[in-house]
Amino acid sequence: MLYREAGQFKTSYSADQAMLTIPLDRWFVFALAAFAIVGVPLLASEYLMVSILLPVLILSIAALGLNILTGYCGQLSLGTGAFMAAGAYLAYKIATNITWLPIWVVIPLAGLCAAAIGIAFGLPSLRIKGFYLAVATLAAQFFLLWLFVKVPWFVNDSISGVPPAPPRTVFGFQVTGAAAGDEAKYLFVLAFVIALAWIARNLARSRIGRSWMAIRDMDIAAELVGIRPLPTKLSAFAISSFYCGVAGALWAMCYINSVEPTAFDINRSFQVLFMVIVGGLGSVLGSFLGAAFIFLLPIFLNSAPGWFGYSVASDTITHIEFMLFGVLIIFFLIVEPHGLARLWQIAKEKLRLWPFPY
Amino acid sequence: MLTKKLVTAGVAAAIAAGAIGVAQAEEGQFIPALTYRTGPFAPGGIPTANGYVDYFHLINERDGGVNGVKFIVEECEYGYKTDRGVECYDRLKDKHGGATAVSPYSTGTTYALIDKATADKIPILSMGYGRTSAADGRVFPYVFNFPATYWSQATAVIQYIANEMGGLEALKGQRFAFIFLDHPYGKEPIPTFDILAEKFGFTYDKYPVPFATGTEQKSVWLQIRRTKPAYIIMWGWGVMNATAVKEAANIKFDMSKFIGNWWSASEQDVLPAGDGAIGYKGATFNGAGTGYKIFEDMEGMSGLSDDGDRGTVLYNRGMVNAAYVVEAVRLAQEKYGKGKRVTGEQVRWAFENLDLNAEDIEGLGLTGLMPTTKVTCLNHEGTNPAILIQQWNGKAWEIITDWIPAMTDVVRPLIEQDAAQYAKDNNITPRTCS
Repeated sequence: MLYREAGQFKTSYSADQAMLTIPLDRWFVFALAAFAIVGVPLLASEYLMVSILLPVLILSIAALGLNILTGYCGQLSLGTGAFMAAGAYLAYKIATNITWLPIWVVIPLAGLCAAAIGIAFGLPSLRIKGFYLAVATLAAQFFLLWLFVKVPWFVNDSISGVPPAPPRTVFGFQVTGAAAGDEAKYLFVLAFVIALAWIARNLARSRIGRSWMAIRDMDIAAELVGIRPLPTKLSAFAISSFYCGVAGALWAMCYINSVEPTAFDINRSFQVLFMVIVGGLGSVLGSFLGAAFIFLLPIFLNSAPGWFGYSVASDTITHIEFMLFGVLIIFFLIVEPHGLARLWQIAKEKLRLWPFPY
Repeated sequence: MLTKKLVTAGVAAAIAAGAIGVAQAEEGQFIPALTYRTGPFAPGGIPTANGYVDYFHLINERDGGVNGVKFIVEECEYGYKTDRGVECYDRLKDKHGGATAVSPYSTGTTYALIDKATADKIPILSMGYGRTSAADGRVFPYVFNFPATYWSQATAVIQYIANEMGGLEALKGQRFAFIFLDHPYGKEPIPTFDILAEKFGFTYDKYPVPFATGTEQKSVWLQIRRTKPAYIIMWGWGVMNATAVKEAANIKFDMSKFIGNWWSASEQDVLPAGDGAIGYKGATFNGAGTGYKIFEDMEGMSGLSDDGDRGTVLYNRGMVNAAYVVEAVRLAQEKYGKGKRVTGEQVRWAFENLDLNAEDIEGLGLTGLMPTTKVTCLNHEGTNPAILIQQWNGKAWEIITDWIPAMTDVVRPLIEQDAAQYAKDNNITPRTCS
């Protein structure tokens, strides 16, 4: 009744090519973005903003990155953690050595460095496919982390090897390091999220996105219709690594406030991969839903007994958390193998008919 | 339909119970306990957490808290994951009127919390781990790492080896092996060893063990068998320790020449190797076993942990950690009002002025369990003897030496150099301590 397209006519090409063609969708997304920018800093508590929303937003960027590579281009990667680490370490290196460079330039620059590394590790994808490619990217995971720990140059010869995030400001507000204000930090990360999500959404429906999907669906057929596999696959690797690099830089600079190798280990790669699979392969929305699901569900399960005043031993809660988490992942994959994003799509389709289903 | 009703009833009951729970929120001195009883490091995490929590329980039950102010301990399980540790800290820090002090028992989480806790005015007591240069209290007002740092420990271990070999001169021309977890934690003492090697003319080979595959050490031990080092020093944690001890026993290395640091010498590390581990040595700063007065008070008390780890090295270390916090709270109350809840900022002051001599420790019933400590504004590591050496006799850890001092003249300049670098990177103006 409320959500329908009947009677909405597009009278120009630009209206027809808009990112969100249905006004109700458009207004919903705008309202959500406006709420995230204005409402959340005004209403949310520090815990909600810094410990919950901040990591979810950063991981959403990483999930977007992997979704470009795995969801849109069909190249399975287990190197997400390493590309995040590349972003984090190089952002630190650039920020501390070129101190006059504004931090909002430093982070995309670190992303570009990660992209270059991504291209190098993406080269085997021309020859290797499927699970074998996953193993090849696993090499990136182990090699890069080893490199960053091994070579003290990356951390400015810091004796401890875990340097703190340098404090940097944007418009006079400190946004990195622990002394940064919660709102400033949150808005800084949110700006990246909105920009990158917008770019990802448009990339996916542009020529390059369509060529990724062609390669994903059948690479030989794609080649026959004139899509060159080398630039297509490498561009997916580059852009994906760029997103992961930005996510890693933000994770180190704005969330944990130190550049630390264990934050980007193989478990992080798996975590992001699960976000993409549970959220929905080849869907921007799915990246966000997946990140929220995988990151928040354990925390929710862990703190839920406390909200109701039940005191359960902390290790018991964690064991229950593991079990329920596993069960829920299996449940969602059985109910909807195409991820949470598909569930949302089904809900929208039902809403179009509601309340008169046929 | 029945299921729906059941669910509704369940939710209603849960909400009702929740309301009661909220109404019962008590006042007291709040201790957030960041623990890891699950995950790959749980074997070390469980006894540490038990000792920490039990000591507060003991103080509450036996003494009714500190001057009538009881401790409220709430655990948050983070599985040794840095991001979950930060989340736990944020979740707990404002509860029950604010956290007293936090001890994360993880290098990664400690590093992530240093700036955060400083901003929140909550002291971190990273007892023998975390950032070594935090010993410079001018740059790190809220971080404490007494009774000793990794660098002090490294120099004391070399001092011990020198004592065994007959003086510092005897180190000249010797070859040692250093096995470490390939992680910032394991690499932390390397700069100190480099300086000592140059100073005393010994050499040492470095054998990193990867974080992900701590149990694969065959190649390391093959090389050790070839190079025949005079002593092996180990900086390990988790499953890596037990594997190393087993491998050393397999190649029939003289176990009395194999020395672990204080995170590589607990029961969990030697038991898997069986009799082969007899003679293995380790550094420590707390006593092991249950032969101390405090354990008599715990006899028959209800509400304590029952994992059967009482008296193990790590359990006792957890207790010592809690005892320092309790004494800091006591000292803070003396200054800011007896019988009142003290804030994190006040406890910070107390940590900085903590001076526990042998008599105080005797009064606590912790003689032999807890080292004497005197912390100052300048020195958050404490001016105290550094380590004891303990040896595994097949059944228990036995302390075989007196306190072995650190070479402060080597360590302190390094600490100040690193702290100054930190201050520069973070635009911190160090306070003056006079």
